[in-house]
Amino acid sequence: MLDKNGIAKRIAKEVKNGYYVNLGIGIPTLVANFVRDDIEVEFQSENGVLGMGPFPYEGEEDADIINAGKQTITTMPGASFFDSATSFSMIRGKHVHLTILGAMEVSENGDIANWKIPGKMVKGMGGAMDLVASADNIIVAMMHTNKRGESKLLKRCSLPLTGVGCVTKVVTNLAVLEIKNNQFYLLERAPGVSVEVIQNATEGTLIIEGEIPEMNL
Amino acid sequence: MINKKVNNVREALLGVTNNMTFMLGGFGLCGIPENAISELVRLEIKNLTCISNNAGIDNFGLGLLLQNKQINKMISSYVGENDEFERQMLSGELEVELTPQGTLAEKCRAAQAGFPAFYTPAGYGTEVAKGKETREFDGKMHVLEPAFKADFAFVKAWKGDVAGNLIFKGTARNFNPLMCGAATITVVEVEELVPLGVLDPNQIHTPGIFVQRIFQGEKFEKRIEQRTVRKRS
Repeated sequence: MLDKNGIAKRIAKEVKNGYYVNLGIGIPTLVANFVRDDIEVEFQSENGVLGMGPFPYEGEEDADIINAGKQTITTMPGASFFDSATSFSMIRGKHVHLTILGAMEVSENGDIANWKIPGKMVKGMGGAMDLVASADNIIVAMMHTNKRGESKLLKRCSLPLTGVGCVTKVVTNLAVLEIKNNQFYLLERAPGVSVEVIQNATEGTLIIEGEIPEMNL
Repeated sequence: MINKKVNNVREALLGVTNNMTFMLGGFGLCGIPENAISELVRLEIKNLTCISNNAGIDNFGLGLLLQNKQINKMISSYVGENDEFERQMLSGELEVELTPQGTLAEKCRAAQAGFPAFYTPAGYGTEVAKGKETREFDGKMHVLEPAFKADFAFVKAWKGDVAGNLIFKGTARNFNPLMCGAATITVVEVEELVPLGVLDPNQIHTPGIFVQRIFQGEKFEKRIEQRTVRKRS
């Protein structure tokens, strides 16, 4: 079974040379730590920066330079700043190649819910609805089950949706899954996790074809 | 040159009253019009509708207006950093219209640019699209979103001149340039108000035509919401 860093490490393998990548808050943010350093990648933060760098050294924080998680950051050589409309032109206009975000629920037809628990938690969607509605290449990073042990990979989402039919890949602490034909296809198992464990933790339709390899981290 | 300079925040906010709709720039606490917010708190005007990506934190930014119960309705994309906000929203004291961030930005820009509405794929199939006109383009469904209408836009820029030309810094730019000219009156506070001719016309982010009033803010606290650093190796 993977921890959060393990999930991020596996997703980092999906980041290819020449990609502009948008990372959501939480596990997705960790992906930047594991991207190979022999490829050229630029990270976009939807609040208005392309070419995001690591956190600043202590004493060098600048209140005017933050990421979408409101954390102080630095920029890489070649970075740029822009307004929010330009930022979402990059996203809506499909100039960003890969979007990685967290979720509370994903359904077998690619719906995603990650912004609201009615009557309980209302934080808002931020840029998530724009991201999932436009990006062609969306990877969801999340735990396979919630805190009560219930599956987050469902036949149908129970929470208010963020987007419909948009998720193509899910990486969890247990598995890598692809969504197509309204089904979850099991592609890889996390180290030491059996197909049976994944099957039991997946409420949606799970397709298992042939021998399922263990992730190569 | 048409002079947009006013002497202070009090002059800059002349004409604001109860029941108005305001746009406020900023993302989190980054690039918020701190001086205008302080003045709105002092004026104690109420029943306001505020368009702002976030709602500040409990004791800073728009959180100050919320504490004072001056805001009736918020139009935002993300409000997760503010407990008082969540309390007022869940209890029904505060009306909240959550709007996808890119749509929020474009609704400002549309108002600035004179577009009455636009189609976006964001929010299709979700509760955001409820009651809205939808239409298919190239096999994909879109939602019709109207431009915002507001009485005042409160904007924060880094540098400006008396003609109202503006330059923003870092990610403090965010929604600020999009709100300029998107309301009846645009009020800009800058960290540094420079004489005419100092700013290079090639480097202007927002031309002065979109600005009605500009002043140098008395104080910018620039609070950091999440101070994250790395160790020197």
